[in-house]
Amino acid sequence: MLKKIVSSVAVLSLASTVVNADVITGRGASFPAPVYKAWTSAYNKATGVQVDYTPTGSGDGIKSIEKRIVDFAGSDKPLKPKTLAKHKLYMFPAVVGSIVLAYNIDGVKDGELKLSREAIAAIFDGKATNWDDAVIAKDNKDLKLPHAPITVAVRADKSGTTFNFTYFLNKIDSSFKVSKKPNWAAPKVVAGKSNSGVTANIKQIKNSIGYIEYSYKLKENLPAAQVQNKAGKFVKATVPAFQDAAKYAKWSKDSDFYAVIGDPDGETSYPIVAATFILLPAEKADMNKNVTKFFDWAFKNGDKAAADLGYVPLPASTKDEIRKYWEEKGIK
Amino acid sequence: MVGRFFKEFSLFSAVLILIILAGIFATLYIYASDSIHQFGWHFLTTDVWEVGEDDEGGVFGGLIPIVGTLLTTLIAMVIAVPIAMGIAVFLTEVAHPMLIKPVSIAIELLAAIPSIIYGMWGLFYFAPIIQHLFGGSGVGLLTAGIVLAIMIVPFMSAITKDAMNVVPGVLKESAYAMGATKFEVIKDVVMPYSKTAIIGSVILALGRALGETMAVAFLIGSIMKFPKHLTDPTTSIPVLLANNFSEAQDLELSSMFYLSLVLFGVSFIIISIAKFYFLGRKR
Repeated sequence: MLKKIVSSVAVLSLASTVVNADVITGRGASFPAPVYKAWTSAYNKATGVQVDYTPTGSGDGIKSIEKRIVDFAGSDKPLKPKTLAKHKLYMFPAVVGSIVLAYNIDGVKDGELKLSREAIAAIFDGKATNWDDAVIAKDNKDLKLPHAPITVAVRADKSGTTFNFTYFLNKIDSSFKVSKKPNWAAPKVVAGKSNSGVTANIKQIKNSIGYIEYSYKLKENLPAAQVQNKAGKFVKATVPAFQDAAKYAKWSKDSDFYAVIGDPDGETSYPIVAATFILLPAEKADMNKNVTKFFDWAFKNGDKAAADLGYVPLPASTKDEIRKYWEEKGIK
Repeated sequence: MVGRFFKEFSLFSAVLILIILAGIFATLYIYASDSIHQFGWHFLTTDVWEVGEDDEGGVFGGLIPIVGTLLTTLIAMVIAVPIAMGIAVFLTEVAHPMLIKPVSIAIELLAAIPSIIYGMWGLFYFAPIIQHLFGGSGVGLLTAGIVLAIMIVPFMSAITKDAMNVVPGVLKESAYAMGATKFEVIKDVVMPYSKTAIIGSVILALGRALGETMAVAFLIGSIMKFPKHLTDPTTSIPVLLANNFSEAQDLELSSMFYLSLVLFGVSFIIISIAKFYFLGRKR
């Protein structure tokens, strides 16, 4: 009897290890979670390999991979090569997303509000407190902006979205600190947890403006502003404009792809774009091969799914560079 | 045999609770020790919560969330106590018997609604109303306080109602026989008789209001600033913990444990006082 139990337990545990070999676990950034979800379920259908990705936030992803409790981590904030070396990590970008300035002003429809770089800086550091402030009004002569105080909707939690948005603000005006959770100088600020919290606040609060990930704007059908890019042109938040922006990203395998791609060159580029990254533990070569196999598959077959969700697939040249990086590190 | 087993099992259950309580306290203290060591009592009087460069170190202080917690709770109590008392008096002394049952059931239903639903309802329906009436951004101290009040009213009124129900009829009848009006009976007989239970219910509701997380997180605005007006957004202890816990590390994480230790201490003291009153009534 006892023997029977022992042997059946042994068989069971053997069976479970076999199953576990087919499961890849990852956690981290919530910004790319929708597209990872689409990729993992399609990959599972195509190959039978299960990839579990839990969107817990970039900070948690970095913590988890440093402690080696997951097979890969997602982070919206690229780690500097020095930090990667310290924790023995590899890094490569996975997909590009964008951040829009969504607003709630009576009578102003999607894409009608034009925000100059000066105006965006003024709104977020509190120099412009009303919608009819001269710095906003001068580019919007055909709109009737109300004489009402601006409520700025921001993130309550630390966030990679905030990191990438403050990176853009810092490019306009270096007095902005690049941070995952800065102290906002604007007088009327309301914070919400995660992209959905900020989205809900913008929807509910009249005369508010906030930064959210593009897919949330799509989902909730919120109006978003035209943003003035580095070349001085006002650009609507559309997928082609994000793609134009992504072309200017300067990624190199020699620096582990460390680059923040916000505020790129180009007349048609939408300026607030951000790449999201994958982190791998350097010493686990076998598991890393499984992970890179998944991303290789996603790079080949996942572009349409990404575009449908409002993300921008990486340019083909970048994908090739990433594959070379994998080969160099012996994880392909 | 069964008797002995039962005795030991019940002893085990009782001791287990004490162990869990001590364990929670010890864990909070150990995780908070870095922050306690670094900031000491100044933590309670510092109004900055800022992570240093590259997520290392920083300055953390609990004053704003502590003040926010106390203010939302105060607003909630100021609104909820009179309403809860009104409901209890109405149901026990004033209401037509036909009305008692439906109103009681409605109140119990209110108590059964999960707090996240109060939060969502508050954000989508209540916040715009507050913005319309009082200005501001819609979310802030006042909105959080009012919704919190609605959440604790059923709790308080149910306990108070039960206490008022057990006031002996003889006492009330003799007061009426002396020529007392209904108001005088309520003021001089019913209220004093159920005083300890009323105070107990208020303190228990206070404990709930202090620790409420989800509904307040939706409604308070979650901003690390002192509110200048009633409608301004600010933050509270549970809200700050819920929003930042997953992303915090090192000193910030430790400071969050410090903050939860503060909340634990305050709640513990409040519940102890409530318990004292309840025991006092039985004796």
